[in-house]
Amino acid sequence: MVYLTRKAEFSAAHYYHNPQWSAEENQRVFGKCANLNGHGHNYTLEVTVKGEPETKSGFVIDLKELKAIMQREVIEVMDHRMLNKEVPEFATAIPTTENLAIAIWKRLEGKLKIAKLHRIRVYETPDLFVDFYGEP
Amino acid sequence: MKAYLTRAYMFSASHRLHCVDFSPEKNVEVYGKCNNPHGHGHNYRIEVTVAGQVDPKLGMICDLGELDTFVQNEILERYGLANLNTFPEFKDVVPTTENLSVEIFNRIRSGFNPAQVTKVRIQETAMNSFEYSGGAALRN
Repeated sequence: MVYLTRKAEFSAAHYYHNPQWSAEENQRVFGKCANLNGHGHNYTLEVTVKGEPETKSGFVIDLKELKAIMQREVIEVMDHRMLNKEVPEFATAIPTTENLAIAIWKRLEGKLKIAKLHRIRVYETPDLFVDFYGEP
Repeated sequence: MKAYLTRAYMFSASHRLHCVDFSPEKNVEVYGKCNNPHGHGHNYRIEVTVAGQVDPKLGMICDLGELDTFVQNEILERYGLANLNTFPEFKDVVPTTENLSVEIFNRIRSGFNPAQVTKVRIQETAMNSFEYSGGAALRN
């Protein structure tokens, strides 16, 4: 089994708000992140796929294809967007780094023809990242 | 949904690698420059990974502020700008970064309850890093 990781970057705005809570409770739990005017990050996405290298091509996956899928499914949807208002998943879920990793997994899972999705890693900053392996 | 969150921290500390069971010559042979009796130091980058179900109300595994506060109080304030050899946990255990990663993992595992620590990775220098996951196999 060989693991292959492709990286991409996108910049987006978000805020944390649970509509079932009062403004005070949101402020208490989420602090500065609760500011409804939003704030932003430069996110780094790492998509890791796994598989046996194909005998003829020597590829686990055609990187051009993986790059195009990531571009279409993630970058075009999230780059320079307000995640809460412009990305459908976050109409209901809070756009934390955890939920971003899960949303990206769901967007990519099933789109790969030969390799299997192994891990989504999303860096919110160089000192904070989340890994999701598709576990329930 | 189960996710893994990793947060990085930094502290600087000094240490000396010296085993009391070895002769002076053997200590120099094994530890080289690291056996210098006056010690030396590093800027340690600590990556703490915690795992758990993402709480739908929070969208998070645990409150990041709670993890930061715990690590600040229990790890960074304890070891930051200190000499590792002076702590009881390193009285009979050489404060290599292997042993430091085990010690830090165990302190977080036993003291931090909101999520379970699954790995501690310590970058001692740009060239050396150490990972401990409590005896479990490391996850790719």
